[in-house]
Amino acid sequence: MSGILPARIEGLGFAAGGRRLLDGLDFALRAGTRTVVLGPNGAGKSLLLRLLHGLLAPTEGRVHWARPDVGRFQALVAQRPVLLRRSVAANIAYALSVRGMADDLRIEAALDLAGLAPLARRPARVLSGGEQQRLALARAWAIKPEVMFLDEPTASLDPAATRAVEAIVGDIAARGTKIVMTTHDLGQARRLADDVLYLDRGRLVEAAPAARFFEAPQSASARAFLKGDLPW
Amino acid sequence: MGEIESALDQALAMIARADPALGEIVGLSLRVSLTATTVAGLLGLPLGALIALGRFPGRGLVQVVVNALMGLPSVVLGLLVYLALSRAGPLGTLGLLYTPTAMILAQSLLIAPIVAALSAAQIESLAAEYDELLRSLGAGRGRAALTLLWEGRFALATALLAAFGRAIGEIASVMIVGGNIDHVTRTMTTAIALETARGNLALALALGFVLVGIVVLVNAAVFALRRVAERLAPA
Repeated sequence: MSGILPARIEGLGFAAGGRRLLDGLDFALRAGTRTVVLGPNGAGKSLLLRLLHGLLAPTEGRVHWARPDVGRFQALVAQRPVLLRRSVAANIAYALSVRGMADDLRIEAALDLAGLAPLARRPARVLSGGEQQRLALARAWAIKPEVMFLDEPTASLDPAATRAVEAIVGDIAARGTKIVMTTHDLGQARRLADDVLYLDRGRLVEAAPAARFFEAPQSASARAFLKGDLPW
Repeated sequence: MGEIESALDQALAMIARADPALGEIVGLSLRVSLTATTVAGLLGLPLGALIALGRFPGRGLVQVVVNALMGLPSVVLGLLVYLALSRAGPLGTLGLLYTPTAMILAQSLLIAPIVAALSAAQIESLAAEYDELLRSLGAGRGRAALTLLWEGRFALATALLAAFGRAIGEIASVMIVGGNIDHVTRTMTTAIALETARGNLALALALGFVLVGIVVLVNAAVFALRRVAERLAPA
């Protein structure tokens, strides 16, 4: 069975309340790379993820995946982990059950991936913020997505928890899942990105390999954005 | 002075020896109100989920009606059920008037709106939290509704306890449709009213103690549920 990648995004736009929040985006998503979406607040990064994931329908243009029925090949991890009021293991079991792929071994594998095996029986909602986000990652990975969308997954975490989440994201990518994530943390983008989509005010200003984007941004907007970063 | 004191002594003695007359009345009250709470849960929880999650014309109207029914005086509800069940009424042929079934019916209708309104509010707030996750996972509408009911289980249990509390302490509707018939439809509340009027303070007081005890237990259960929820499933 062939997968949903590559995806071609053509003229993608979204307008709400008379405002164009995303306008005329053209790019491609290829398998095997970690794509990081960067841009100032309000650039439309989260909106882009939700359009790609199909939670919202574009008002213009479209996303061509390599095959139809893409929902079950995708997963989303939000900025604030949305956990069910059940145990850690039951959160993963629930996602598997909804997708019709109940599998105890997969639960264990997901717990191991996120280092949560010792906490499997604990109520999910009493975990620390970092543990909760690791669980959200494990749950998303458990359903074997070909593409995983992550919306600022470390925005509310401390540095240690951020590193732990980054390590898991790296693991998930290494095991073959395409990563598409937004972040405000430029250090994190440098650590994780293979390629970068840079958005500004609803437009795709640059799409480039990460090394080229960080060393030689082509647009004034991206240069200014990167300068806002603290010098190393 | 002596009269009240001796009534008090007798009341405590009745409770202590588990007086059969007392037990019969308490048993019937519990059976009627617990059954009514079950029926109200079976009606009210799905209705609450439908109000919270449904997208149908007239949803707002249903919500207003259900909220209004929460405040319906039980004496009016008793009258309506009485009219429906009386010989000339639409359900008169069932012969249910002055039976425990009639009381269960009246109390179910009395408290189902409480369950529906409280659960709708709870499920609505949970839906706002979980909508994106459920859609991302691809949960269907039925699955999503069941998930939200389970996520709200502590709050929904509290709603059921509140509904039971209203039913067990309510007198007007069971008096009208049950008729307070000895050994048949005499509940704690109707018995207290009758025995007080007849000057049989001992039985009235004993029943009053039991009733207050049940209400205290219900509230203790609500409190305990909240503590458990805070520990296992914080909001």
